[in-house]
Amino acid sequence: MDLLVNQVLAGIATGAIYACMALAIVMIFQAIDHLNFAQGEMAMFSTFIAWQLMQWGVPYWWAFILTLIISFAAGVIIERVLFKPLAKAPVLTNVAGFIALFAIINSVAGLIWDFTIKQFPTPFGSSPFMGSQLISTHQAGMIGVTLVLLILLFLFFRFTRIGLAMRAAATLPESARLVGINTGWMIALGWGMATAIGAIAGILIAPVVFLEPNMMGGVLLYGFAAAVLGGLSSPLGAVIGGFLVGIFENLVGTYIPGVGNELKLPIALALIVIVLVVKPTGLMGRTVVKRV
Amino acid sequence: MTALLDIKDLRSYYGQVQALHGLEFHLSEGSMTTLLGANGAGKTTTLRAICNMVRSTGTIMFEGQSLNGKSTENIVRLGIAHVPQGRGTFTTMTVEENLQLGAISRKDTKAISSDIERMYNHFPVLKQRHTQQAGTLSGGEQQMLAVARALMLRPRLMLLDEPSFGLAPLIVRDLFKILGKINREDKVSILVVEQNAQLALEIADKAYVIETGRIVMSGNANEIASNEDVRKSYLGY
Amino acid sequence: MSTIQETVAKTDAAAVDAPPKKSMALGRTTSLVMLVALLIVPLFVKNFVIFQLTMLLIYGIAVLALNILTGGSGQFSLGQSAFYAIGAYAAAILIEIGNVNYVLTLPIAGIICFAVGFLFGFPALRLSGVYLALATFALAVAMPQLLKLGVFEPWTGGVQGLVVTKPDAPFGLPISQDMWLYYFTLVVALVIYIASVNLLRSRSGRAMMAIRDNEIAASAMGVDISMYKTLAFGVSAGITGVAGALGAIAVQFVAPDSYTFQLAIALFLGMVVGGVGWLPGSLAGAAFIVFVPNIAEGISKGLSGAFFGVLLFLVIYLVPHGARQGAIYAETLLHKLRRS
Repeated sequence: MDLLVNQVLAGIATGAIYACMALAIVMIFQAIDHLNFAQGEMAMFSTFIAWQLMQWGVPYWWAFILTLIISFAAGVIIERVLFKPLAKAPVLTNVAGFIALFAIINSVAGLIWDFTIKQFPTPFGSSPFMGSQLISTHQAGMIGVTLVLLILLFLFFRFTRIGLAMRAAATLPESARLVGINTGWMIALGWGMATAIGAIAGILIAPVVFLEPNMMGGVLLYGFAAAVLGGLSSPLGAVIGGFLVGIFENLVGTYIPGVGNELKLPIALALIVIVLVVKPTGLMGRTVVKRV
Repeated sequence: MTALLDIKDLRSYYGQVQALHGLEFHLSEGSMTTLLGANGAGKTTTLRAICNMVRSTGTIMFEGQSLNGKSTENIVRLGIAHVPQGRGTFTTMTVEENLQLGAISRKDTKAISSDIERMYNHFPVLKQRHTQQAGTLSGGEQQMLAVARALMLRPRLMLLDEPSFGLAPLIVRDLFKILGKINREDKVSILVVEQNAQLALEIADKAYVIETGRIVMSGNANEIASNEDVRKSYLGY
Repeated sequence: MSTIQETVAKTDAAAVDAPPKKSMALGRTTSLVMLVALLIVPLFVKNFVIFQLTMLLIYGIAVLALNILTGGSGQFSLGQSAFYAIGAYAAAILIEIGNVNYVLTLPIAGIICFAVGFLFGFPALRLSGVYLALATFALAVAMPQLLKLGVFEPWTGGVQGLVVTKPDAPFGLPISQDMWLYYFTLVVALVIYIASVNLLRSRSGRAMMAIRDNEIAASAMGVDISMYKTLAFGVSAGITGVAGALGAIAVQFVAPDSYTFQLAIALFLGMVVGGVGWLPGSLAGAAFIVFVPNIAEGISKGLSGAFFGVLLFLVIYLVPHGARQGAIYAETLLHKLRRS
């Protein structure tokens, strides 16, 4: 029993990573109805920016805040320059755009910072958290940050005018324009926020998986699994999905013999396929009725 | 009375298909005008053209200012509220949030909550349901919500696209009564597109009849209503 | 105003989107010229170039397979690298451990991949657009790890991979191994190309394209949607598997990290560059993915990803229909020249 509790706790700790990533995925999906396959790479690049700032002597939290601002701006610019022209293009074209972005960011990060693994600091320390061997203070900090982020997002979307406008633009663009909302900028804002959230995810993950251009491959896959499990349209669902996926991964690794780290990605694959087939709307998603 | 809206030589296109062929009409300040015509005559297109939601040429002047080349949201911000066909309700949001959205482009945030109260006075049923998801309202209630949402803009001009569509006759009568009241008391000019010509002519002061993208008849509402020939050939009652 | 302009642009693009049926394949003269070129060129170049040409044909087959899926039935796959990998491993294991003749491994790899693709296609059936892209993306990312699994190590060689023996030319033909392999690949590629063109022209092909254009309308016309969608997935996977098997034989080596998501990106890119749904474009797309990285790496190491990405953006902005657009343009130009 003790083992189970500990494993669940450890699962929640890893789940926090996926939850963050899933939040970013859901933010963009809400805004433009597309999955951003370059989300992981964007987060990785943001993390490198934070690392670079720290290398230049910027203190941790200043680097953190600067990185968020830079990432937000970059997200807005990427949307305005690269994806706005594709708004009405077929899905295929958009997927091609995301893949192109993926390839560019991965390659450029490798060119600038090369592919050697780098240490990334944590502000929370890495001693055992409240005496538990399975969860460190960093992981506890990660869970905390994720939950705070979720609450902030909830407050933003529920109680601010701009949050309301963003929701309106995402659900019914035409009606939103008819009440005077500039839907194009709402989408750009969604990109900016998603990129900043991705940056937070990257900065939190980097101390665990180490910093290098390919660090996000597996995380992104689990982020997708979490987002799909949560229903793709609900930030709360994304976070719950993230924690569930983390717990699931840990329990499977503990209780099913022969399934260790080496099956990490196939497990994510199986999860995604199963959720999409059994319950495509996820745990908290809305059913979208398709018009003929 | 000065012209609030002045439209000249309006031609609109859906892809290669031309839907409006040089439409001309104007709307006086404070008036309630109706645009009548059969299915496919171009009524909805006219409203969409005013808000730049369909490719068009010609001139549209609003309070002496040209709307050409302005984006939909900027046209709305000038004070033109548009209640589209199908109402455009944000069904997943609450009634109150829908009203908030109507005022989203306003700068005077302080006056918004008192305006919401005013809407609840116009439409008491909305007050009862203010925390409900808008999608759970009945058709008539959703239409009222759509009108209220449009009024939250404090518009100078309100465009209504077939407000009677799919509603029970009694509810339609109520709705039109309220529209008349809004027109008189709040000094909102209204352009209403209707298939239910009889009802529209009862409350409007001025009427235009549109056929295959052209204005074929215009005049005071009561004149048009009393003209037997017009009624038979264009309005079908 | 912006919305309006976009609507206009879209109507223009749609005109290119529906080319006359015959342009699904090349005209007879063009085909013959291409074939002769493919037959003659290897006689005049070095062995390494012959190897590259072989890879060109192999990637051409793989891109063609993706084209059948996307251009034919309107489904996406970012997971073609997984089927390519399965085909490659099937061939490698059969040759090295099963001592099977390399020619025989191709149909076997094809059948295995057809089966895997068909099975994967079943759940994928319920998915459309982004969801299918997601599921196949996951497949591509997970595949290298599956291949590294300890359980399979006796056959797959784990992380180390397997070395594959290169076949000699049969009947004592006096040509090099590379050249023999090139002609062998060319024959396979031609068979697959002709079969694919005929498939898309057949009743099944029309059914698939009806699904691509409007799934609901197609089902209303009595097209068995699930059957054809899964079939398209299976056929595409099967052909990709054959390409993978050929690839394993040509490269003489298989290892998990040769079949990462990067390969899936490359194949996807090849399809977009060649023009979605235009089968001859597959070869142009393949040429792109074989030669462009070399050029990019020549400029700076590690640059090929960025190069790919930038070019992909340029293609989707400027020539959204890829090489097909170029071909159509050339054709109209030729017509004009003839008239004047």
